[in-house]
Amino acid sequence: MSIFVDKNTRLLVQGITGKEGRFHTNKCIAYGTNVVAGVTPGKGGQKVDDVPVFNTIKEAMENTGANCSMIFVPAAFAVDAILEAVDAGVELIVAITEGIPVMDMIKVKNYMKNTKSCLIGPNCPGIITPGQCRVGIMPGHIHKQGGPIGVVSRSGTLTYEVVNQLSLHKIGQTTCIGIGGDPINGTNFIDCLDAFEKDPDTEGIVMVGEIGGSAEEEAVGFIKKHVTKKVVGFIAGLTAPPERRMGHGGAIISGSCGTAQAKVAAMKESGIYVCEDLGSFGKMCAEVF
Amino acid sequence: MKIHEYQAKELFKKYKISIPDGGIALTPDEAKKIACKIGDFPIVIKGQIHAGGRGKGEGIKLAKTMEEVESIAKRILGMLLITHQTGPEGKIVKKVLVEKSLKIEKELYLSIIPDRATAKIVIIASKAGGMDIEEVAAKQPEKIVKIEINPLLGIQPFHCRQAAFGLELPPSLTRQFTLTLINLYRFFVDYDCTLVEINPLAITADENIVALDAKINFDDNALFRHKDILEYRDLDEEDPLEVEASKFNLNYIKLNGNVGNMVNGAGLAMATMDLIKLYGAEPANFLDVGGTANAETVENGFRIILSDKNVKAGLINIFGGILRCDLLAKGVVQAANKAGIKIPVVIRMEGTNVEEGRRILSESGLNFTIASDLKEAAQKVTRLVK
Repeated sequence: MSIFVDKNTRLLVQGITGKEGRFHTNKCIAYGTNVVAGVTPGKGGQKVDDVPVFNTIKEAMENTGANCSMIFVPAAFAVDAILEAVDAGVELIVAITEGIPVMDMIKVKNYMKNTKSCLIGPNCPGIITPGQCRVGIMPGHIHKQGGPIGVVSRSGTLTYEVVNQLSLHKIGQTTCIGIGGDPINGTNFIDCLDAFEKDPDTEGIVMVGEIGGSAEEEAVGFIKKHVTKKVVGFIAGLTAPPERRMGHGGAIISGSCGTAQAKVAAMKESGIYVCEDLGSFGKMCAEVF
Repeated sequence: MKIHEYQAKELFKKYKISIPDGGIALTPDEAKKIACKIGDFPIVIKGQIHAGGRGKGEGIKLAKTMEEVESIAKRILGMLLITHQTGPEGKIVKKVLVEKSLKIEKELYLSIIPDRATAKIVIIASKAGGMDIEEVAAKQPEKIVKIEINPLLGIQPFHCRQAAFGLELPPSLTRQFTLTLINLYRFFVDYDCTLVEINPLAITADENIVALDAKINFDDNALFRHKDILEYRDLDEEDPLEVEASKFNLNYIKLNGNVGNMVNGAGLAMATMDLIKLYGAEPANFLDVGGTANAETVENGFRIILSDKNVKAGLINIFGGILRCDLLAKGVVQAANKAGIKIPVVIRMEGTNVEEGRRILSESGLNFTIASDLKEAAQKVTRLVK
């Protein structure tokens, strides 16, 4: 089993005719993802690598039964794309786009509370269930199918590093999710931890956080109460200076809030295995799991 | 993006939030002219830099006569102002804000921020104005009023009443305070702010509500729709290397160590810095070349790292996904050939086209140390600077 995406995922790609959209659609198909449709307003009727393109999501869903959307639309138009997907009733929306204004995401997040759609991202690498379905931009070949570890992370390449070390130590993954590096995102750590806890094939969880906000602390609170599986944690940004945005929109220490030290301390205090040497991450997981 | 106090006050004025009479001066003469126009003493002279704690650092002074206006302006203009927020290197003051000093009855605190955890817009108000809000929150949390606003609904009269009653304002001031708060909220939303803070917000002896200070941070991601704000950018307030990096869309932040590093992806870049420190050296910078980097971006990034004179060794850590290792290798070789590298560089590559990348590096004839994994890379680079 897995969480959120699997063999039954029917993917549509918003922004499929753009350079990035086309490139990664291709990679997803090559990995085995069932890409059923693309959406680019004004380009309905065309085909991109045999995938039919539609003008609207409604049209794409009616014709193809898509249930998941991957968004490559530029930041200025990405929120409109997310809202169109929500309004059409897409179950899972994965927004890869980086650079969406905070105020736009705040509105999306509040609007989505009363809907059935689930958003992963934005500013994320996407989600992959190794061997079954890749929705995103991660290198597929570093993953090892069959579980038993679930991975959830705020980062992109740091997740690849962690996954690669797991695979090199012969530890497979059930599902790997990048929830995104922005201050306001859709699915959070807690949603993923909850899903991994309920997934019978996931036996342990890797959680990768970073400076900024209090999502890791809230996740630790949830783990204490609701997670029975072993968790290995890693936090990036111990050497980050305060008040500086470290690449990701959400990676900023404000005043005394959001430091890596506080997050590491919270994890340790609640019995989570914290990896402090990224160079030995895989080795540590081999010992813990 | 940050702006100066005087720029923030210009924006407040447009949104009908009261500010003291005054103006901005680049010379003592200009300061005198503004003081003349105000025509009343005392006058406050405030050095303009992008950092707090200016008063404690002697960057804000009161003048009681015209002679004092001149002498104080002379002293502050050009001074190296060091505060707890500037770091030990300080900032040079190039402009002073010359303002009428008002008779203050009471000082309040007022700010608006987006709340990450709840995705609401939050108003924070406090009776303890003029103090650091984190300190108030720690010592006198009962003095802080927090009001959450659903952005889809926007600010309502009842929100303003909650704030006014929470601050125990006299009824005669409620209307004025409500207008100030509504205008501030409107400004916050219109301009995609990530922080607006008025500390202190003064109640004057003649019962006016006036913003004595103003701090605004804008969401960099939203600047594309606020071209007028971009004109407020002050390059003097930024590190020259960071300004240079921003021209190439590189995320570069200068730090104080001696190991320069270049990484793709913000999370991995931070983790690489941490690893350098863990193995006993200090990172000289944060540099995320991003996912869409090409040989030219990599070349520019490499050049910027090397132009920091403190850098004694370099570490390049790339996990190729979208960014292909062969492209990275080409960029590094190009940069090394053009600039000539005098320091040892450790390169660790993994992911897409890694064999091709390693081949380009080894055939270049340049003196790179190749590491097969992250641990080895960190060990090698820290040994080089010891």
